[in-house]
Amino acid sequence: MSHKLTTQDVHVWYGSFHALKGVTLSVKPNTVTAFIGPSGCGKSTFLRLFNRMNDYIEGFHMGGEIIIDGRNIYGKRILVEELRKEVGMVFQKPNPFPKSIYDNVVYGLQIQGINDKHVLEEACETSLKQAALWNEVKDNLKKSALALSGGQQQRLCIARTLAVKPTMILMDEPASALDPISTAKIEELILELKSQYTIVIVTHNMQQAARISDRTAFFYLGELIEYDKTVNIFTNPKEEKTQSYITGRFG
Amino acid sequence: MSQIDNPVHNIKSALDQMFDLVTMQLTKSKDALAGFDKDLAREVIQIEKRVNGQELQIDRVAENFIALYSPVAIDLRFVLAALKINNNLERIGDIAEGISKYINETNSPLDATLMEESNVMPMYEAALRMLKEVHEAYEKEDTSIARKIFKSDDYLDHINAEAITNLTHAANGDASKLSDALYIISIIRKLERIGDQLKNIAEEIIFYIEAKVLKHVKPK
Repeated sequence: MSHKLTTQDVHVWYGSFHALKGVTLSVKPNTVTAFIGPSGCGKSTFLRLFNRMNDYIEGFHMGGEIIIDGRNIYGKRILVEELRKEVGMVFQKPNPFPKSIYDNVVYGLQIQGINDKHVLEEACETSLKQAALWNEVKDNLKKSALALSGGQQQRLCIARTLAVKPTMILMDEPASALDPISTAKIEELILELKSQYTIVIVTHNMQQAARISDRTAFFYLGELIEYDKTVNIFTNPKEEKTQSYITGRFG
Repeated sequence: MSQIDNPVHNIKSALDQMFDLVTMQLTKSKDALAGFDKDLAREVIQIEKRVNGQELQIDRVAENFIALYSPVAIDLRFVLAALKINNNLERIGDIAEGISKYINETNSPLDATLMEESNVMPMYEAALRMLKEVHEAYEKEDTSIARKIFKSDDYLDHINAEAITNLTHAANGDASKLSDALYIISIIRKLERIGDQLKNIAEEIIFYIEAKVLKHVKPK
């Protein structure tokens, strides 16, 4: 199986701070990959490289290559807006727009110039169903998104991401602000979405990484310490640092 | 010391006490057999209650540890191994108790010639030595000591395999010795099972420390 994502000797600097030090890994399509590590280890920086979210940070510069679907996404001919349609992102804190549920979901399509009501309605329904939110909001699509619970808002943000039909979804601690029931729903959703999307998730929740991911990457001080099948990482990690971190002995 | 080290330490020391209790039981049951000492045999039967209580205590602490700490990697392997070692030790205790019950039920010491020819006492010594070695392997987290157990178990298996031939020869057609011979064979069978339990414990120690599964792997 060819890889959806490959990174080759990736370095990142913020000014003189060397945030990522030569990270090389590959991600297969239709898998969930978890990035774990203590705060400041570079896992979110690494995740945000995949849809060029770091480009706006002052002093950011990088080295190495990131290949998604065979294209170097930092190549000269890459249109960042096009890339972000392919690679969607869900953030730690639900961030719906102060608009209706419907408007939130179709927002990405509308700014692409799609205004056909039938197309938008269909996309709204499909995305909300995929995000396991349809049954809870189908009778209130005009209601403000801000009136939804935190867990519903996060699923709405996932629906908004899905509406533009990405092939890859990046999630930066998507359940860390949610209660256990909402977290369980997000995790179930991630497992369902895996059949259609490639998902990369940053999480501080070890059990979450263990439950939902196929492979886990452990980062420490900007280095990729270990990358392996999740079951191996959590039963018999090869590196002492990984073992110390996942067993709660440092970090 | 991190938060997770405390419950790990508690389980380790509780299992250590379990090793001590079972070692005491096995030692006393051996001495009871050697000296036909019914008082000592009754003491072994009494210790069994403490062993059972300790087994339940370790089960409970291990269950709490899993529920509250969600252990992974070496901590997970440790607690899984600890539960199995605990169970194996309790069974060794049961066996020591079973042998002591024989001593209590028998009216006179077992026939000295049969005891001698059957090699039951050297077998008992070997089982006790193996128990001490496996305890040391656990305490020192030393898999090289644990691996020695497999060889020692072969010795117990050998005595067990020869038992019927040796006892038939020693009884020399004397029907009055039949009852004692049966008792001795039964003790030998029990000691052979102790060897199996100790081998299981050695496998668990290796699993815990090296993450290698040796169960059901035939030696090359």
